[in-house]
Amino acid sequence: MNGLAILIPIALSFGLLGLAAFFWALRSGQFDDMDGAALRIFVEEGDLENGRPEGSAHAPADHLR
Amino acid sequence: MTAAATAPAEPLARTLFAVPGMRCAGCISKLEGGLAPLPGIASARVNFTSKQVAIEHAPELQLPDLQSAIAGLGFEAQPVRDGGLPADKSESRSLVRATAVAGFASMNVMLLSVSVWSGAEGATRDLFHLLSALIAIPTVAYSGRPFFRSAWNAVRHGRTNMDVPISIGVLLVTALSLFETLTSGPHAYFDGAVMLLFFLLVGRLLDSVMRDRARDGVTALLKQRAVGALTIGADGKTEWRAAEDLAPGMRMIVAAGERLAADGIVESGTSSLDLSLLTGESAPRRADVGDAVHAGTLNLDGPLTVRITAAGADTAIADIARLMEQAGQAKSRYVRIADRAARLYAPAVHTLAILAFVGWMLSGAGWHHSLLIAAAVLIITCPCALGLAVPAAQIVAAGALMRAGVLIKDGSALERLAEANRALFDKTGTLTLGRPVPLDLDRLAMKPVILALARASSHPLSRALRKALEREGIVAEQVEALVEKPGFGMRGRYLGLPVSLGRPNAAAPGLATAFTIGDLQPALIRFEDGIRPDVRPALGRLAELGLESSIVSGDTAASVAPVAGQLGLTAQTSMRPQDKLDAIARLSAGGAKVLMVGDGLNDGPALAAGHVSMAPGSASDVGQMAADAVFMGDSLAPVATAILVARRTMRVVRQNFVIAIGYNMIAIPLALMGLVTPLVAAVAMSGSSIIVVGNALRLRGAAK
Repeated sequence: MNGLAILIPIALSFGLLGLAAFFWALRSGQFDDMDGAALRIFVEEGDLENGRPEGSAHAPADHLR
Repeated sequence: MTAAATAPAEPLARTLFAVPGMRCAGCISKLEGGLAPLPGIASARVNFTSKQVAIEHAPELQLPDLQSAIAGLGFEAQPVRDGGLPADKSESRSLVRATAVAGFASMNVMLLSVSVWSGAEGATRDLFHLLSALIAIPTVAYSGRPFFRSAWNAVRHGRTNMDVPISIGVLLVTALSLFETLTSGPHAYFDGAVMLLFFLLVGRLLDSVMRDRARDGVTALLKQRAVGALTIGADGKTEWRAAEDLAPGMRMIVAAGERLAADGIVESGTSSLDLSLLTGESAPRRADVGDAVHAGTLNLDGPLTVRITAAGADTAIADIARLMEQAGQAKSRYVRIADRAARLYAPAVHTLAILAFVGWMLSGAGWHHSLLIAAAVLIITCPCALGLAVPAAQIVAAGALMRAGVLIKDGSALERLAEANRALFDKTGTLTLGRPVPLDLDRLAMKPVILALARASSHPLSRALRKALEREGIVAEQVEALVEKPGFGMRGRYLGLPVSLGRPNAAAPGLATAFTIGDLQPALIRFEDGIRPDVRPALGRLAELGLESSIVSGDTAASVAPVAGQLGLTAQTSMRPQDKLDAIARLSAGGAKVLMVGDGLNDGPALAAGHVSMAPGSASDVGQMAADAVFMGDSLAPVATAILVARRTMRVVRQNFVIAIGYNMIAIPLALMGLVTPLVAAVAMSGSSIIVVGNALRLRGAAK
């Protein structure tokens, strides 16, 4: 019983901690761009320095405007 | 680009662009890395999910500058209005929060319940029940709000929906369990209440996420109805203004290939205009000085200066918008399958619970025990699996359709798609591609030179020619001294000879351009709006599915006839938006559930009025907003696929109903006999939910 008095509050506060962390992540926009986040691991830091690409790898989507 | 040194003190402007062309990590780094170093741009951040890039920049950089900067990186971009978080996005947000809270609570309450079930006695059990109550009651208050609100709305209007039995069940069970806790009773159903909320919220969340995803896709596709125009002041200074800031009396310059942002009268310049979005007419119309021109039309040839006569809500487009609003009201009255089931289900559940209570009272069990059994009946029959049955199946189907190139806007669209039994197609831009395709390319000589000329111009015909030639694998020759003469075309020198690609001298029928080299006879290149690939097979599959198709077009009979003849469809022609509405109303009155497929502004009201509607990805934004689903790419095949998948989905939904109700058939007698302990309730609830979700997952390959 004494053990419970310590362990249950610990268990609950850990759970609440996780919930709070999730809310913080949601508020700070970490779930705004799930697909992009998955792709950004392929972006090298150095990639962001070359300006204009030589010959675009993808033809941009074509629309009749 | 106007260079602008950004002083840190100066407030930055933020502009959002939709870039549908981004496809991989390379595009992200290319966009962000390519834009950030440019003068005047502070930062660029790509959101890949919604295919948008947000640019923070010095206020003096105007829309066209930014657009050309993105174009310089090889992407087409359209400005998007930055309205912060749209309302439905924030609905998803609050559902995620509610689900997270319910998930946390159900885990912790379950932890405490397990110890009670495994034989915790006396003071320990009471303590655990009390702890459960402390967790569950705030959770019910917070996470239950979506259900309470919708139930209250339904009851206030004398209707009933799924949420009424859910709300009553959850509240009654929570109240009773609290009573049990305070009187040291053996059974508290807190775990059942919060788990029910959790499962149901997951269903709601799936529904909402599905809508968001489709909307993101549509936003990424949004064509602009020219969100602005370059205006000239009296002093000759040009300034870019957004559409809503345009006012009658201003003068705007419309370059070739741009859409008009307002109605007006041509002051200078001559050109031809593509009216197909407004009227469905595919033949371009000449515009000379003094002619009235309308917002939403596409300027094809040369630059025009237009004096604005009407902007914003006063344009011809706005009339169509008003028609659309009236037409869309029937759609909003559509009752979704879950609510239709609830109409039968809710009264049955309520009656059973009341009967259980009355029966046990009569047999002398005492009101406390009788209420407990009634609550057990409510919670075991609460449509937990039903609440998951529909959204789970629909989101899996929507994912499968998305991979097949169809964006479904919401669950009700899927349900209505499955019911469709008659199809109406617009012609221009729907059965046809809605863009010019060059004819008889094989007869053409000097293709590499033509490509070099076409590549250097942004005229719609040049672009169509460039695409067609590049598809053939032609490599451009070196052509010197390339200049574009607005209103005429491209000129240059090739091997010392003058070459040109431009407006034909002779009055050629329809769309055409002429290629001249030296002083030889000009070669005429004709264009026509080609029929989409796979139209025939798609119509065939629709017929197999029992949908008879026909054409409703705003174009003239003469230009619809060849298409209709080729596809063997009956056609009604020269229809105004109102006529299309009437045609749908007549069919609906005859009991048909009409699938309307169209793309233009002129189809907007019909798209809103149809039982269900689809628009191609090349449609105007009005068309895409009004449609229930948008299909990508050139092929018409996804239309038939969507119907097929929708019907499969509804089959799975019905199976899920049967599973969920079958569960209840077994569980209700137990509950009525008072044999359902919290443990049994929890196992039954999670078991049926898992089976229903598993069954829904079978739809993953439905669109293959």
